[in-house]
Parts: sequence; structure tokens; C-alpha cells
Amino acid sequence: MTHFSFSSLLRNAVSGNKNWQRQWPDAEPKAEYDVIIVGAGGHGLGAAYYLAKEHGITNVAVIEKGWLGGGNTGRNTTIIRSNYLYDESARLYDHALDLWEGLSQELNYNVMFSQRGVMMLAHSVHDVQSFKRHLHSNRLNGVDNEWLTPEQAKEYCPPLNIAKDARFPVMGATLQRRGGVARHDAVAWGYARAAAARGVDIIQNCPVTAIRRDASGKVMGVDTPRGFIKAKKVGVSAAGSTSVVMDTAGVRLPLESYPLQALVSEPVKPVFPCVVMSNTVHAYISQSDKGELVIGSGTDQYVSYSQRGGMHLIEHTVSAICEVFPIFTRMRMLRKWGGIVDVTPDRSPIIGKTPVEGLYVNCGWGTGGFKATPGSAHVFAHTIARGEPHPINAPYTLERFTTGRLIDEAAAAAVAH
Amino acid sequence: MLLIRCPYCAVERPEVEFAYAGEAHIARPQDPSALSDEQWKDHLFIRSNPRGTHFERWRHIHGCGRFFNAVRDTVSDKFAMTYKAGLPRPSEAEIGKARS
Repeated sequence: MTHFSFSSLLRNAVSGNKNWQRQWPDAEPKAEYDVIIVGAGGHGLGAAYYLAKEHGITNVAVIEKGWLGGGNTGRNTTIIRSNYLYDESARLYDHALDLWEGLSQELNYNVMFSQRGVMMLAHSVHDVQSFKRHLHSNRLNGVDNEWLTPEQAKEYCPPLNIAKDARFPVMGATLQRRGGVARHDAVAWGYARAAAARGVDIIQNCPVTAIRRDASGKVMGVDTPRGFIKAKKVGVSAAGSTSVVMDTAGVRLPLESYPLQALVSEPVKPVFPCVVMSNTVHAYISQSDKGELVIGSGTDQYVSYSQRGGMHLIEHTVSAICEVFPIFTRMRMLRKWGGIVDVTPDRSPIIGKTPVEGLYVNCGWGTGGFKATPGSAHVFAHTIARGEPHPINAPYTLERFTTGRLIDEAAAAAVAH
Repeated sequence: MLLIRCPYCAVERPEVEFAYAGEAHIARPQDPSALSDEQWKDHLFIRSNPRGTHFERWRHIHGCGRFFNAVRDTVSDKFAMTYKAGLPRPSEAEIGKARS
């Protein structure tokens, strides 16, 4: 495998970029693995990578029904932040942010992580109070977050409209400077490459049709159109399709799947320096390095696996963007798409063991899983390897829905993520 | 945007007139205090979330304001039928007939 460095770039540049090698092989399934991960998104590929790197388990396969990173990993708006309210969330998302900071170096693959700051706008007295509550909670948890006046917000993000007579005037904002964006495809590719280099098989276009259990109830392996694949342990990381996959093992989860849409504009010169989110008018926006404005919409109201959503949500989102950034009223939009997000009742993920021995699940990331990719993958690998959760994901059990010990981040996750 | 037929108004209207109200035919337990924590979790949180035929409730908020039930395919998003609240869950034969 090519090691990416300045000299390798230079060498390939002078040879006309004709000698780049394939970064990972497309594997055929073996008869048996120690661990099978279902779903080759960032979370699944990352888990395979950390299993190989930190736990020495290299006889691992990642099985994907479509193509690598073609699900929600390639469909999100790439926002990364960790300013969540509750202690459990702060630990989980800040763990991810810590890993993001060294990820390009670690994977030797540029994930284009850019800490350009995530700003959340307050438009009402209620917003101001609730954001300040978040901010103080964040500071107690060692998560950076600061308060900006409307003028300071405008200085940080010049296109922002802070007119007093706006329909939803900006009354202030919080800013997490360590937050930002990353190139989502590169995250999947980087993990795939690094995992494959350590011996992990990545098997694409191979849907898992069932999880098979033996007479004692323990996991035996998975059924696929390419035959039965034996495995000692199976970790399901299948986002919107998790319910369907887990149902074949007889495990019912507190999940519902909804379409979530996003859209991009035509590419323009750099105009937008950070990420801005507004829960009140329901908009979040950033500019990609390619120049497109990347805009996130809300989920549709109904359960669906259709990977598309209602046009009226896009209209609502675009009108919100124009409200906060009148500069964009004549911007043309290029394309929109949908992904299927699996949402839990408390809007926090489930990462851990299941009632079935040898079966593990990492799901329920709802509308905000991308930002957690490295942290989620890291603790999920730990859970699979040790058979016990990492202290960071210990609260994120399936049992919390029985005990009532929920991690109710609904307020943080209800809109923008 | 979905087109939804309200069985009370007997008209087809765009989705923005309606509010989705979750999975249908989930009856509140007669005697909640008799339920174990596990059963209570199933009632509150576990949903079928199928890839295919889904029974769901909608409310015609900008019309008659009433709740009704619908059968929709969650892959194509196409409605097979809608029916009034309180009616039993339609059989597969009835749904098949409505689809054809």
C-alpha cells in the first residue's frame, strides 16, 4: 500500500499520476471470521480498524449491502461538534472530537478535518437561556464552547444578518471553535484503507439477509447471497436498516427509521467561513472546500426506507437559510438527497451488547452520527473485543429503555445535528 | 410530498395538511401497573419499523382535525389505503385488493 507523503505525491505528480495503486482490495468472503461487522459506513469500518489496531483481532470482515460509505456516511452534512448537554453525551462526543484531531495522521489519509468553528444562533430569550445552560454544562465537562454577542457572531461569520427588525433576530450565539467539518467520503475510505492494510476483509455488494443463531441461542454467523459466513461475534452497524437486520436475530430495538435530507448549491468562491446552525428557524449550513454550500434539512415525519423525502422540507429549509443569510437568496441549488436515519426515543445511540450472546449493536445515531464516527467506532470495537462496554459507552445500553435511565438529548438533537 | 386520503373528509389532500402520529394499533394497556418493566418498555418504545407494509396513524390537522389510520409501504411510500380510527387492522387480502 502506498504511504502518502509529500515525496509520494511529488513522485506520482512527475510520473503523470499514472502509478497510483488501488488503496484496498475488494475481498471475497472467507468461510469463517472472528468478527463480522455488518455495514461498511464510517462507524463499521472504523470499528474494524480499531479491532485490528488496538485489540489485535485481524480476522475481521466488514460486510456491506451496497458500496462502501454509500449510506449515511456519504449523505450527511459533515458537521462535527461535541457541545452536548449531558455528561454521558459530552464524554462520548468529545472522545470522538479528540480522535478527529489526530485522524488524518493516524490513518495516513487526509480526511480534510477543518476546525472552522460551529456557531449556534439564539433567536429568542428561551434560546439564549437554553444555550447558556448548554454552554455552562459544556464548560463543566471540559468541552469548549463560548458565548458571542450578535456583533461578535457577525464578525466571525460576515454573511450573517443581525438586523434588529429581522423576523427572527439574532440575539446571540454559542461558538465551539474546535468543531468544524470533515470530508465524509475520505473518512470511510481512510478507515477502509487502514483496516484492509491490517488484514480486514471488506466485502461490498453483499447484503446480510439473516443473522443465524445456534441451538443455545448464540450467534453462529450471517447468511448472505454469497453463502453462509461463520463468525464468533457479529457487530451490527447498519444505521437505518438496523431494525431489519436485528429482527432476523430475534432482537427488537427501540428504533424508527426516517428519511433525512440535505442539499448543496452550485459551487462558489469562499464566502462562508464556519458552520452555522439555527434550531429556531431550522437551518444549518457550511461551505465545502469545493465551494458548494452544504445545507441540512429536517427529517420527514413518517417512517420510511425510501432514501428520499418531501420537497416541502427543502423549501422550508431554504427559506430559513434565506432568512438568516439574505446574501444567498439568489443562490441556485444543485442537488438534494436523502438518507435513512435510525432514531431512538431519547435521541441518543445504543452501543453495546444485546440479549443474544456474541451479537453487538451500534445504532440509533439518528440525525447526528457522522460527528461521532471515530469515537463510536473506537468504543464499539472495545465492546466487541472485550465483551464488555468501554466506560464511555457503558451508559448507552439497550437496557436503559427498561430501567428508564435515558440520556434524553432530544433537545439537542431535535433539529440540527 | 405525499398525497393522503382523509377517510372522514373523503378527499385526497397534500401531506402538509396532515400530522403523522406514529404506529397504529398500539393499545394502551388496560392495567398499566400490572405490567413488568420489560412489558412497559415494549409498549412505550418498541416499534415494528418494517421495511414494507406499515400501519400508521395520521391526523388531518388542517382539515377535520381527526385521527385516522393508514397502510403505507415504507419503501415506495405509496399508501394502500386509509381507514377510520377504531376499525380493525385490515387483512392482507384487503390490503392487496386496495393496492390493485
